[in-house]
Amino acid sequence: MSPAYPLPIPPLGHRKPLLELGGVDKVFNGSVTALQGMNLKVAQGDFISLLGPSGCGKSTALRLIAGLMRPSSGSITWSGGQAQGDLGVVFQEPTLMPWATVAQNVYLPFRLQGRPFQEVEDRIARALSLVGLENFHKAYPRELSGGMKMRVSIARAMVTEPRLILMDEPFAALDEITRHKLNNDLLDLREKLQCTVIFVTHSVFESVFLSDRIVVMAARPGRVSAELQVDEPYPRSEDFRTSARYAELCHMTSDALHVAMGEHQEAAE
Amino acid sequence: MSAAPAKPILDEEEARLARARRIDRIGKWAMPALMLIVAVIVWDRIVVINEIPKYILPRPGLVVETLINDFGTLSASAVVTMQITLMALAVAVIGGVGLAVFFAQSRFFEMAFYPFAVILQVTPVVSIAPLIFIYVDNRLVGLLLCAWIVAFFPILSNTTLGLNSTDHNLRDLYRIYGATRWQRLRYLQLPTALPYFLGGLRIAGGLSLIGAVVAEYVAGTGGIGSGLAFRILEAGYRLNIARMFAALLLIAALGVVIFAATSLLSHLLLRKWHESAIKREI
Repeated sequence: MSPAYPLPIPPLGHRKPLLELGGVDKVFNGSVTALQGMNLKVAQGDFISLLGPSGCGKSTALRLIAGLMRPSSGSITWSGGQAQGDLGVVFQEPTLMPWATVAQNVYLPFRLQGRPFQEVEDRIARALSLVGLENFHKAYPRELSGGMKMRVSIARAMVTEPRLILMDEPFAALDEITRHKLNNDLLDLREKLQCTVIFVTHSVFESVFLSDRIVVMAARPGRVSAELQVDEPYPRSEDFRTSARYAELCHMTSDALHVAMGEHQEAAE
Repeated sequence: MSAAPAKPILDEEEARLARARRIDRIGKWAMPALMLIVAVIVWDRIVVINEIPKYILPRPGLVVETLINDFGTLSASAVVTMQITLMALAVAVIGGVGLAVFFAQSRFFEMAFYPFAVILQVTPVVSIAPLIFIYVDNRLVGLLLCAWIVAFFPILSNTTLGLNSTDHNLRDLYRIYGATRWQRLRYLQLPTALPYFLGGLRIAGGLSLIGAVVAEYVAGTGGIGSGLAFRILEAGYRLNIARMFAALLLIAALGVVIFAATSLLSHLLLRKWHESAIKREI
């Protein structure tokens, strides 16, 4: 199987720019500031976690990047412009169509591009085998477990080999064992596809394990509080999860998160 | 899921549950059949014991006899009623779904026209029917119109509800992937609405039969009447009560057939994925 982009991801600081948020504000209904002055430069190959308490605007940031809302002020610029299929999204719920088989669900992004099924059948099969569901093409979502549904959702997000994949707390509703398994598999996928990911989470451990950049956000108003880098090289395995380095990084991230939350403790209580 | 163990261990509770399930399975068809037979016997006894004359209440045997003897005329009438019912149902489906799709496309369209649909629905068809037969010369069209008015509303309101019940995340996903309005309707809204529509169809099936029969009553015995309702009216004038019952039996049978057919359709379309059609696995 040939990876989408054969070149390995260069180290942080040597990557080509992909997307830039410049001073993005979002004010709901003219009164509630969900996001204030967010600056973020996303480079090709980044795995960025947006980490923060609820109300910190991390989901708002994701929806802005997805183009589901427009910023009240500021700009979101794709280098080279944005084309259909540049973006894959995984929500907190699997968000599958219950009336369609697994293969038909994964076919959706292509179907909306008007491409016939036969033409992309191989790519769908490849996406499904990448998430370990090669024997479930004809299954209906209700026949799958929560973790398997999430895999279908991930396969759908990456089947078009998008430039950017957005994930909004995709594993929050899953049990610990399934979540660890999917974390490992997600890093495997990243290795194979060399894709860029923005991952929203409220778990310090998840963000450290997965990402090479952690953007810590604070609430009321939602804003970026700090950015950390996780310099542990990929591929990361279970060994990393139990290493002293991992514990140290979690500690640092946790401190940064506490600073972010401490600033507005009264408001957060 | 897995194959049964070689030596099944059936504890007391499981054995009791298994027995209850077996009884349940037999009872499901045996109970209604038994009660029907009992009801017919009671009917027969009441007539015999009280010596009720047959021009007031005929014995069930006589009703069946009449049904067999007059089957030629009655079945021809049943075909006419069934035709009107099915045509009305078809028009109700086209009109109901079509209007629902328009409603889903434009909030303003819905605001403007929904009140008309409600008014049409809440006004009893018996009271509109005479007007319809004044304005519409063609009797068949008049009958169709009456049946349609009764039948289309459940389809419209259920389908509208279904089209508006799409999963919000799925709708976001379609937007992110740049789906056109038509794609969203075809691949997201219509499949979401299908179970709702089928629920409406089951109600509308019964209602279109009621509409067809009521319209025939209102249209009266003048003209070229030949539906089942017309047979009932005609038999009533001649005090042929047994024939009234026979025609009634046929109407009831039509209703059951329509219900069974729409239920079957619903089951076939939903069995793969919808909760309502899936047997629970314990």
